[in-house]
Amino acid sequence: MLSAILFTIGCVGVLTRRNAIVVFMCVELMLNACNLAFVAFARQHGNLDGQITAFFVMVVAAAEVVIGLAIIMTIFRTRRSASVDDASLLKY
Amino acid sequence: MTFWILAPIMVAAALGILFVRKAVHAALLLAVVMISLAFLYAVMDAPFLFAVQIIVYTGAILMLFLFVMMLIGVDAADSTVETIRGQRVMGVVLGLVFGTVLVIGISQVTLGTVVGLDDANEGGNVPAIANILFSRYVFAFEATSALLITAALGAMVLAHRERLTPKATQADMAAQRMRDYAEHGKHLGPLPSPGVYARHNAVDTPALLPDGTAAESSVSRVLAARGTVRSAPALADDIDDVRRQLAGLDGSGDPAAMPETSGKAGAPAHTEEDVK
Amino acid sequence: MNLLSHSVLLSGLPMAEGGAHVPVVAPDTGAGGVFDLLWLVIALPLLGAFLLLGVAPLLPASLRAAADKHGHLLGTAMSALSFVLSLLLFVSLLGRGAEERQVGQHLWTWFETASINVGFDLLYDQLAALFLLLITGVGSLIHVYAIGYMEHDPRRRRFFGYLNLFVAAMLTLILSANFVGLFLGWEGVGLASYLLIGFWQHKPSAAAAAKKAFVINRVGDIGLSLAIALMFATFGTTDFGGVSELAGSADQATLNALGLLLLLGACGKSAQVPLQAWLLDAMEGPTPVSALIHAATMVTAGVYLVVRANFIYELTPVAQTAVVVVATVTLLWGAILGCAKDDIKKALAGSTMSQIGYMMLAAGLGPVGYPFAIFHLLTHGFFKANMFLGAGSVMHGMDDDVDMRHYGALNKAMPVTFLTFAMGYLAIIGFPGFSGFWSKDRIIEAALTENIVVGLLAVLGAGITAFYMTRLMLMTFFTEKRWAKDLHPHESPKVMTFPLIVLAALSVLGGVLLLGNWIVEWLEPVTGHVEHENPPVSALVVTAMIVGVVAIGVATAWFLVARRDVPREAPQDVSFATRAARADLYGDAINDAVVVRPGASLVGGLTTFDRVGVDGAVEGGSSAVGGISTTLRRVQNGFVRSYALSLLAGALLLVLALLAVNLG
Repeated sequence: MLSAILFTIGCVGVLTRRNAIVVFMCVELMLNACNLAFVAFARQHGNLDGQITAFFVMVVAAAEVVIGLAIIMTIFRTRRSASVDDASLLKY
Repeated sequence: MTFWILAPIMVAAALGILFVRKAVHAALLLAVVMISLAFLYAVMDAPFLFAVQIIVYTGAILMLFLFVMMLIGVDAADSTVETIRGQRVMGVVLGLVFGTVLVIGISQVTLGTVVGLDDANEGGNVPAIANILFSRYVFAFEATSALLITAALGAMVLAHRERLTPKATQADMAAQRMRDYAEHGKHLGPLPSPGVYARHNAVDTPALLPDGTAAESSVSRVLAARGTVRSAPALADDIDDVRRQLAGLDGSGDPAAMPETSGKAGAPAHTEEDVK
Repeated sequence: MNLLSHSVLLSGLPMAEGGAHVPVVAPDTGAGGVFDLLWLVIALPLLGAFLLLGVAPLLPASLRAAADKHGHLLGTAMSALSFVLSLLLFVSLLGRGAEERQVGQHLWTWFETASINVGFDLLYDQLAALFLLLITGVGSLIHVYAIGYMEHDPRRRRFFGYLNLFVAAMLTLILSANFVGLFLGWEGVGLASYLLIGFWQHKPSAAAAAKKAFVINRVGDIGLSLAIALMFATFGTTDFGGVSELAGSADQATLNALGLLLLLGACGKSAQVPLQAWLLDAMEGPTPVSALIHAATMVTAGVYLVVRANFIYELTPVAQTAVVVVATVTLLWGAILGCAKDDIKKALAGSTMSQIGYMMLAAGLGPVGYPFAIFHLLTHGFFKANMFLGAGSVMHGMDDDVDMRHYGALNKAMPVTFLTFAMGYLAIIGFPGFSGFWSKDRIIEAALTENIVVGLLAVLGAGITAFYMTRLMLMTFFTEKRWAKDLHPHESPKVMTFPLIVLAALSVLGGVLLLGNWIVEWLEPVTGHVEHENPPVSALVVTAMIVGVVAIGVATAWFLVARRDVPREAPQDVSFATRAARADLYGDAINDAVVVRPGASLVGGLTTFDRVGVDGAVEGGSSAVGGISTTLRRVQNGFVRSYALSLLAGALLLVLALLAVNLG
């Protein structure tokens, strides 16, 4: 339940905030919410696979953050802005 | 017990992320959520994940966030004006509906009795995880290692900037300044230093030009962005205040009293400006 | 054991119409002993082909030069080893009892689905044994011959690779225990044939001939593949054993269709009318290829197919009749072509067509004819390979000139070639005592017994054969010399004459297979047994009649060719019949009129329809899509968060749907 609430908050954050970094943080929040659910299920069912999955999620999140922030850096360097709405060249 | 204490804190912090305007504050609130999560892991028989959560998320990922934030400027606060029509309303509505549906859906599920991890964790949580990780999930594990290397490499490639021109020497920079002066009339000398009319920290006080106006270029851009620069009228008041005191103490001329009084008189003004 | 149940099966089988029983093949009979090496017979030439074609080009330059220099020895060795193995197998098979002479070997499961299960199975029985000996034996001799013939060709290694590939494919065709494996070999020999006909690809005529052979063969292959599909649909299997067991229970229409489709396949591969047009053009290939593929082995695959599928043909008189008709037409057609051609190889090719017509005729006659079809196939393999190689030897000595009108009086210049060629000649016209006499005589006898008209036409064919072979013989080796002054015909090297001598000996002695009716009894378990009926007139009279007709043919040729001068250029003021024969009896013209032109107009019509109908629909559709997308692309506003919103909406729908399903 807590996980669901956190996930929803993360979602709304992604939708409403414009600063790319904050949007990114909200994505992390969603990932963490999933992790929480995984760990809880691991305890529920008495096997460690859930924890392993959470661990893998963390690893992937770490990689994702590294790349995502690098992309934000690059965009900022060329456009002097960290707003997701400014990066809207890819349209009709 | 721990859960019921931590859960409201986490929800509050997460909501805070939504509503604070400054990215730094959002990051700090995220840290709160993550550390709380780590404690929840610890409670749920997952000491290994507890450690990893602290190290990876709060230690590494959040630090990266802050680091990048510093790089691209802390002044990058969100504007509250929504640019896409209907986006915010739709986002909130959809999010709420989604959350409601999730909550309803989850409440439909009847969970069995909690098995607990005592059996699985026999002989320690970390060895047990290692057992699974290096047997059943070994290929996934290897794949993540490849992923991490790729990510590191990718970050390097993305952040790399090719140097197209030779690095400017001091002589080059001096010549460039002269050119700028010749072509655009740009100020040749160093930037003016901050004013000396302050009572505690002169860096936030702009220097005054001969006509009495403040020289904006004499204070750091970051301070200007933070809004912690004293405004010219307030400074003028201060100056008048000091002048009056000097006039009042005419003749006796105790130099030691002057800074003391000015310090007391300046304090309220200072807080007012900060609030802005 | 399987062997026991097999023999029980044989004896307890219901008799088909006409009193001949349908033999069942039992491919699951266990191998053992030397028969375990059965797969090696195929694998050895395949390995040779792989080494010569696949590995050699990848070698570094110095090693590749060595491979180019000695590659032909490897190819020949592989073929020869295969022959030794075949001989060994044959001897072992002789040592077994008559009921144990069908040996199966399951190599692996090829593919497997719920209803279809095809194994890569080999079947080694009496029929396959004879074929194995023919292919590897004649094949090896031709390999040896080609060492000399291709000596100066820069791409000799590749040539031998192709030859090995052909041998491997042909052996697959023969040894496979089901129709799918047979089809694999069938296509393999088609490919090898294509590659070898077009081996001198710098000649446009060779490239065109290769394409023609390939395309016409495809027509036949469609028949075969449809037949296989029909077998899957009807019987659920294509194993010879399975099909032969179930064939009796299928309905007549299916069996007729199967028989005719298989006949179509056989026509394509064996150059029978109406798919005969490719064989004469195929002579563009190097002569060893003509000898091996287009005389001795590949073109007889159609005969093999009909004989092998006897369990189907026995049950469908319609298809059998069709086989007989096709065969009779072809044997006359080929013979007439042979009379008019001045190109020595094309004359021989016409003769090949005619002789295969004889084999098909025998195969169409049922169990009475099967053994003689195979018998004639073997003897024909010997003497026709002999004659083709002899022709190659002549061409070798005559600077690659193929026109018989430029030959003459070569018997002095090339004594060995002459003598060996003469053996083949005597064999093919059916000179008493030579191998061709025994085999052809038996076929005509059987034909006369079954149907007097067909029999008489076959006798007529024998007479024409005697005529054109004598003409060829006279124009090449006798009459006055007509070759150019600066040409010095010479005997070919030993490596080329040795195979000639061996094959000549076989041409003479091939008849021994008939001693004591051996081949009939040998093949009986495969082809079925039938009481020998007496011909309407006694066998001796038949033989005398055939010899008489042959003598007339020889005499006619003598009077027409040897007694008159042979002009160096072909005379143009000739009768209509000659012109028609020179033009392959207008085979290409018929193909053109019946198939190519209607095909072209059909394609033209389809193109128009495609442009108006299909393109119209497609373009209308695309402009509609374009219109819709013009409006829809407004959604693509470039804002990531809008996209995220759509994502969330989608996820929401998904969760709702899941909930609805679970709760509902």
